[in-house]
Amino acid sequence: MGTPGRHIIEVEGQRVDLRQPWLAAFLAWLWPGAGHFYQGRRAKGGLFMVSILSIYVLAFVIGGRHVVYASWAPNDRRWHYLCQVGIGLPALPALVQTRHLKRFDSGGRTRTDYQPLWGGLMSPPRRPVWASRPLGPEGRTDDLSIWNEETGTGFELGSWYAVIAGLLNVLVIYDALSGPIAIPISGRTEKPKPTNSQKSAAMPA
Amino acid sequence: MMSMDWTYMLYYLPLLAAVSLVYGGTRHEDMQKILAQSWHTAVWITTFMGVIFAVLLLIIWWL
Repeated sequence: MGTPGRHIIEVEGQRVDLRQPWLAAFLAWLWPGAGHFYQGRRAKGGLFMVSILSIYVLAFVIGGRHVVYASWAPNDRRWHYLCQVGIGLPALPALVQTRHLKRFDSGGRTRTDYQPLWGGLMSPPRRPVWASRPLGPEGRTDDLSIWNEETGTGFELGSWYAVIAGLLNVLVIYDALSGPIAIPISGRTEKPKPTNSQKSAAMPA
Repeated sequence: MMSMDWTYMLYYLPLLAAVSLVYGGTRHEDMQKILAQSWHTAVWITTFMGVIFAVLLLIIWWL
């Protein structure tokens, strides 16, 4: 149910003012829950922020500081990042790190004087990334192999945690834009209850 | 026979909680309904995963 000219919807007996939905959606992308805080839906905003950011932080605890990074280099098509960036600002340092790495590129190889920013948080592996593991054609391994080896399954698991955090925030963005997706709890469609006048009309004379 | 350490299952819990709460939150506005939906989702996911696990276990035994 909408109000013309204003973005007010009624959900479960509550009037929800979506304010400027596109701005709310942008804020929701930028920081999980921020769009809902802007709309005054603080309880939901807090719920989303805690839920999503906790598994995002947990991803780094499990898998180390490189579980989120941006790369489309040969042997390192990091498609995970396309999902992880759904969480917005918390994943954007990865882009800065990638840009920083490119400054130290010399014919597809990272120069030896390269130092990642912020202690390496979200920095991509140095180039090249070998296709074969654990040893490359030059008899040495690459950063990606080292990260996998150091954390065991943690790096892979952490990467997936961050992917799921980013994808969950897409649902949150939609909620900030349009309100809740109306699906009954049981999964069945509820029949509308008849009003008193309908009941009396249906009664035999 | 399972060779995986059972503690790996602990990784499942925070993920289940986050997915269920966000799913519930994007389907309702009322907090009680959100929590009810979250519980329903968590049970559904766990049951689904349990069935898949049981089927795989049976296949392993059968092979």
